[in-house]
Amino acid sequence: MTQENSILPPLTERFGILRWLRKNLFGSWLDAALTIIGAFIIYWAVTGLLTWAFTVAEWKVVSVNLRLFMVGQYPLQQLWRLWLALGFLMFLTGNSLAIWARRSYVATILLLAFPALLTLLPFGSEPRKWLIILSLTGVIGWGIGWSKPQALGRSVIFGWILSLPMFLLLTRGFTPEGGTMPIVGTNLWGGLLLTFLLTVVGILFSFPLGVFLALGRRSELPIIRLASVIYIELVRGVPLITIFFMAQLMLPLFLPPNWTVDRILRAMVAVTLFSAAYLAENVRGGLQAIPKGQFEAAHALGLNGAQTMVYIILPQALRLIIPILVGQFIAVFKDTALVAIVGLFDLVGIAKTVLAQPDFLGLQREVYVFISLIYWVLSYGMSYLSQQLEVKLGVGNR
Amino acid sequence: MQESAKQKATIPFWRDERILNILGQVVFIIGLLFIGSLIYQNMKAGLARQGISLSLNFLKGISGFDIAETLLPYSRTSSYWRAFQIGLLNTLSVSIVGVIASTVFGVILGVARLSTSFLINRLAAFYLELIRNLSLLVFLIFWYLGVFLKLPRVKEAVIWPGSIFLTNRGVGIPWGLPTDSYQTFRLILIVGLILAVGVFFLFQSYSKRTGRAPLTTLWTLLTFVIVGVVGWFILPEKPLTFDAPVIEGLNMTGGKVLSPEFMALTSGLVLYTSAFIGEVVRSGILSVSKGQVEASRALGLNGFQTLRLIVFPQALRVIIPPLTSQYLNLIKNSSLAIAVGYPDLFYISNAIQNQSGRAVEMFSLVMITYLMFSLITSVFMNWYNRRIKLVER
Amino acid sequence: MRKTLWIVSLLLVASFVLAACGGASTTGGEPVTVVETVIVEVPAEGAVVAPSGYGVTLETVKARGNLICGVNSQVPGFGYIDADGNFSGIDVDYCRALAAAIFGDANKVEFRPVTAAERFTALQSGEIDVLSRNTTWSLVRDTELGGNFTATTFYDGQGMMVPADSGINSLQDLAGGTVCVQTGTTTELNLADVMSSLGIAYTPAVYEDADSTFAAYAEERCDAVTTDKSGLVSRRTVLADPSAHVILDVTMSKEPLGPMVRHGDDQWFDIAQWTVFAMIAGEEFGITSANVDSVRSSATAPEVMRLLGLEGDMGLKLGLNNDWGYNIIKLVGNYEEVYNRSLGPDTPTYIPRGYNSLYTEGGLLYAPPVR
Repeated sequence: MTQENSILPPLTERFGILRWLRKNLFGSWLDAALTIIGAFIIYWAVTGLLTWAFTVAEWKVVSVNLRLFMVGQYPLQQLWRLWLALGFLMFLTGNSLAIWARRSYVATILLLAFPALLTLLPFGSEPRKWLIILSLTGVIGWGIGWSKPQALGRSVIFGWILSLPMFLLLTRGFTPEGGTMPIVGTNLWGGLLLTFLLTVVGILFSFPLGVFLALGRRSELPIIRLASVIYIELVRGVPLITIFFMAQLMLPLFLPPNWTVDRILRAMVAVTLFSAAYLAENVRGGLQAIPKGQFEAAHALGLNGAQTMVYIILPQALRLIIPILVGQFIAVFKDTALVAIVGLFDLVGIAKTVLAQPDFLGLQREVYVFISLIYWVLSYGMSYLSQQLEVKLGVGNR
Repeated sequence: MQESAKQKATIPFWRDERILNILGQVVFIIGLLFIGSLIYQNMKAGLARQGISLSLNFLKGISGFDIAETLLPYSRTSSYWRAFQIGLLNTLSVSIVGVIASTVFGVILGVARLSTSFLINRLAAFYLELIRNLSLLVFLIFWYLGVFLKLPRVKEAVIWPGSIFLTNRGVGIPWGLPTDSYQTFRLILIVGLILAVGVFFLFQSYSKRTGRAPLTTLWTLLTFVIVGVVGWFILPEKPLTFDAPVIEGLNMTGGKVLSPEFMALTSGLVLYTSAFIGEVVRSGILSVSKGQVEASRALGLNGFQTLRLIVFPQALRVIIPPLTSQYLNLIKNSSLAIAVGYPDLFYISNAIQNQSGRAVEMFSLVMITYLMFSLITSVFMNWYNRRIKLVER
Repeated sequence: MRKTLWIVSLLLVASFVLAACGGASTTGGEPVTVVETVIVEVPAEGAVVAPSGYGVTLETVKARGNLICGVNSQVPGFGYIDADGNFSGIDVDYCRALAAAIFGDANKVEFRPVTAAERFTALQSGEIDVLSRNTTWSLVRDTELGGNFTATTFYDGQGMMVPADSGINSLQDLAGGTVCVQTGTTTELNLADVMSSLGIAYTPAVYEDADSTFAAYAEERCDAVTTDKSGLVSRRTVLADPSAHVILDVTMSKEPLGPMVRHGDDQWFDIAQWTVFAMIAGEEFGITSANVDSVRSSATAPEVMRLLGLEGDMGLKLGLNNDWGYNIIKLVGNYEEVYNRSLGPDTPTYIPRGYNSLYTEGGLLYAPPVR
């Protein structure tokens, strides 16, 4: 880093704003024409959009139903559990950023300030208070991580491993009615909460399955290979929606009588099985990029097959495909919207019920623009942050 | 088995990898079969309780429901099988329109993304980022409920020049109605096609002999068009009369009415897929090394020639594989028609399944059909890919 | 290397067994499909129960501690989530009555919204104990789809709603028009039947759920929307301007709606059926949730005494406690109360009683004697 700074950048041509305009906008007749067309499109789109957003649109449908969009029918008096879980996640995030991504200032500031920025949305005073607390928790976590990076590393990893079970436990609760944490049935989970849980569970569980399938596909054992290939190609050949329908409609037929599987769990299983097939292909790509010399060297060092895989090959292969995995994560996040078609109340499902409220009929544009905005901000945010971190951490390239 | 293994390897059989491998696979198969049979038994028992046995005979039964958009004759007395065929054709038509339109649009976007005009470049980049981070389902629903159903009512239809009617019952466009001379005209078109193929091969052999690169595709198309146009005018009666839509009673009649469901589905799919194709095209063009362009300019080729003869053929090799998977995604994503009420394959199969209660059969049928789509597309694109592949020494 | 593969294969077996390929089934013969039989969430005590036979359902429900009731969540007046997030409607109240009969507690019921498409599978597979989701009693459903209808809780007929200013007064006026309808329903089939028998050419616009269907109608995607008349009435109330829509004076079909149980458990069938009858009988004898205690303490009429569990051990014969009828009326109410709560004159979804009056008042409600 310091070395680079000492070398001065090459001299560049300096030009004024007119020269810049001339070069970049009116370089040739074609460019000039295109620029004018482009300017017209931008003008038309921006004025149209702004006029609509500020004069026509009725955003009340969003502000009134904000809680439904976020957590669905999750009981109001139990919401503190979700805030608690989120606080834990924020603390871990702050911690991890300070330990492993010290120089990623942009990512750090964006992530830690995100909850505080959300207060700009028309939340009530209660959620706003919580959001500020979330940001503060993140900053505290960051401060602690910054002061003791070495000592904390292991426990933070442990914390991340615990975070999902903890999140699920807090969301679901464990005491019977009347206790401090009464069970909240999965039929009440909804909105962004459900979308988020489906995505995280889907990705986490599909990851090991995907790795096994990828290894299976490269296996020398014909039957294992065949089974993996059939599975991967079957799943990749059919639309996700058919798998959701299978899970909701046909699964009961395959089970012994009176066995039931929770609807949300079914959707989670469907996402997992679907995403595993795609992940397997990504992992296979990563495995193929590892030169044969690595296998041979590992063998020469006396490592057996499993050790070679676990200690030599997989770490390199997975590191190589981290950007692709982030892409996969975003794809799964967007795909979970399909559960609305099988009747679950995820972000899109909730949007449909909100639109059925007598007070807010015919406001499809407002609601779907709002939902799209949530999807867009989160997807784009994830890909932007991962790019930031990839550059700083040097993942994705060897 | 154990005996021979011991003798050969002089290690106990439970540590002999060859045997363990085979054993492992056998256990795997047995496990799979066991679970498979368990499921099969459960399913059979479940179906038996309802008094149903697995068979496809129910497809001959009368469907009893009506379908909005049919490319084949259909009524409520038609069979389930016919309904299924209609769904299949609808999926095909959406897919074909979608693939063609999103390719065109995607290439434009990809090139625009590389434009030297700063504004166009940024605009394309913004579009790509915008679309790629949206959920397709939400996007489709938005197009349906937020755009096409918000068009004016039939009575207040907006009419664009060329008799294009915009209403919330669909977009009406003029459409050709065949007249008596249509049969002759079709023959002329076939002749034109044969001629065009002839021209194509003529130019190819010329190109091989001389090493020059004539505009083969252009001339082939031109031949066909010229024959068509000449045929159109020499016939005593116009082979097609243009029928513009009119508003009559409750709906539009005449012309061709593209339903809001179809419009929403295709425009949503096209705009979504083209963003991905644009990215594919961009990376394909970027993959051609700059030296190639410089060299071709040094040889005296102009900009268009460079693009057509040097850059594009090389870029195509990089583009084809990811393009194939985008096409496959489009076909699979067309199953989201169910969200906007367009009667595609999945939608109609779901309706059949609802009315007949035959979930297992219908789902098997649907999955096989989609697998076939995927398979055929892959085979075709692989064939094309092999054809344009660089011949390596 | 070999060893890795061996280990990997073993892990693969494990993973396949655990989470495996629910993905797809093959040509039809033997599905390769494998499902996570191991990590299935089984109702704790119910575990694996023998195929439903006499008395099994009640046992399972009692062991579980609550009743699981498949309901609609999109039809105001029948099954709907109100602004506070609670389920309401007469189909929903039936579930509460059934829970009251079994547990003496109307809240020991879990409502599970099911779509039109999945409702029968959900019932067959035991995912729900009873289906109370404005479901039409028909021969196919009573036989092939594996269920038994218990009793009719609402006599309905299919109707057609059009905008008041459309000038459409009869089905014939719809010629060349578009009709919105929901898929997977008897409504869809009736529409095709009626229109083809009248020789009216029309285009259907078919949607996956009620919300989409009426959203499309509200956007004037279609000239008319068809479903059960009760559904039209209740749905009209949530349109932007209810008075701008009229329901045509035609009845396209008979639609008796009622709760449904699965084949094979006659005891459960009886309980589900007599819960309806108890509510109807309650109205007939003038017993309401308000006066049931005083009626009980002063009851002399044998029929009333049998219904309220003072005589004859009627509840025991059903496999319940003798105060089952008392609990239903005390905790949920008689038929009239339930009806008025969701569909009465004071509600936005008002539907005149019509056929759904007692037989003594010219309606079709007629409860067999409790004896």
